[in-house]
Amino acid sequence: MALSNVLQAPAAGFNFDHAARNAEFEALFDGQVPKPVKTGTTIAGVVFKDGVVLGADTRATSSEVVADKMCTKIHYIAPNIYCCGAGTAADTEKTTELLSSNLTIFSLNSGRNPRVVMAVNILQEMLYRYHGQIGASLILGGVDCTGNHLYTVGLYGSVNTMPYLAMGSGDLAALGILEDGYKPDLELDKAKELVRTAIHAGIMNDLASGNNIDICVITREGADYIRPYQVSEYKDKRKTKYKYGAGTTAVLTEKVVPVKLEVVEETVQRNGYSLICDAVTP
Amino acid sequence: MLSSNTFVDPGKMKDYHYTGPVEHRFSPYSFNGGTVLAVAGEDFAIVASDTRLSEGYSIHSRDSPKCYKLTDTTVIGCSGFHGDCLTLTKIIDARLKMYKHSNNKTMTSGAIAAMLSTILYGRRFFPYYVYNIIGGLDEHGKGAVYSFDPVGSYQRDTYKAGGSASAMLQPLLDNQIGFKNMEGVQHVPLTKDKAVQLVKDVFISAAERDVYTGDALRVCIVTKEGISEQTVPLRKD
Repeated sequence: MALSNVLQAPAAGFNFDHAARNAEFEALFDGQVPKPVKTGTTIAGVVFKDGVVLGADTRATSSEVVADKMCTKIHYIAPNIYCCGAGTAADTEKTTELLSSNLTIFSLNSGRNPRVVMAVNILQEMLYRYHGQIGASLILGGVDCTGNHLYTVGLYGSVNTMPYLAMGSGDLAALGILEDGYKPDLELDKAKELVRTAIHAGIMNDLASGNNIDICVITREGADYIRPYQVSEYKDKRKTKYKYGAGTTAVLTEKVVPVKLEVVEETVQRNGYSLICDAVTP
Repeated sequence: MLSSNTFVDPGKMKDYHYTGPVEHRFSPYSFNGGTVLAVAGEDFAIVASDTRLSEGYSIHSRDSPKCYKLTDTTVIGCSGFHGDCLTLTKIIDARLKMYKHSNNKTMTSGAIAAMLSTILYGRRFFPYYVYNIIGGLDEHGKGAVYSFDPVGSYQRDTYKAGGSASAMLQPLLDNQIGFKNMEGVQHVPLTKDKAVQLVKDVFISAAERDVYTGDALRVCIVTKEGISEQTVPLRKD
């Protein structure tokens, strides 16, 4: 009774329910089916002496247009497990959310912290079942009672484990840096610098990766999610301000409807409010 | 992709044997990215382009400008397939020389535009995959911009953007230079400095959202004194 999908086991074999609908869609759109937003990414992970460092860029592209300049590619799975996702943005988001829910249910049921191998197995099972139709390539990293782990799960459900990994469209650029700079048992600062340089190589050489760099350091003590670890050095250097005065867009008609309000309760917050704010922001 | 006739009979396995002639495709074109922009003023013309040359998701070069100087009063911006851009500019240069030797004068911007249209249409059934924009001064010394499609259709404009980020730049130019979609705004004639600043700002914006535009911006300003060039850095990521 550990996982939510045990309550309703998925049907055996491949599910072709949507095949007819998809075929009709293609005909409706004349072959130009709307493209899903892909993350077009550089993600990387490195195992170091005391844990795991994960890194990712923050650009999401929709074909050649940048859809999001600050998207989150490092997803929370458990307090001791984080996952970087490359591929279709919706797929990575939903798959990691599902995984996180399942592991939370497991933790509550068994009273134990989830292990990284469990996360990997659940992901692999799910992605293989969908035969690559879910476009999520993930790098999972975490620290549990058995040690520091780093795994990659491919689109079709393949699993690899290595002390250093990179995925996404910028993976070859990042891997070049990792192959050159990786040594076993790195110190935290050297590991963070290695991952930062690897993601930076992906950002500079891959058109679909860019903007800022996020880093997540996971150790026995917990996770340190640094977002952004490095802000892009390319700032907006526009000189002129492009502002429009009121009335630039022609006002054709104007209708003013006053809303009748009645004061029911009044509270005034001064110093108390700002103290609460400080405690919440990291 | 799954098509409906493949899944209708799930019991039948796909046959693994030679089904007949198979078509293999080699594409003679490739898209190398890049954006070009030209603006015509009262007595000047500006042709600007980014300098990134890309293919797929990789970068071939960060310093490959797409503006080519044709005469002292005309600059052409070419973006699209780089192979065709290079060949087309070589052909235009040759034709300019031939004209100079036969007619003992330099071709005017309007004449170059008309000639380019014929050159492009000559390859109507295997086109040059190039988006051209010519910017320069006409015979009266006024700024002129001529924009083309890959097969030679052209017209004279006041401003035009072409290439990968053209759809992002053109509406902004329509608003700021053409004063479209605005009420009660004074139609101030565009000065050279304001136009150059606008072009720089517009490319910085394009580099934010278009992956094929970036690295650096080359601005060529054509006036009766000659052609001056400026290079401005853009995002490299």
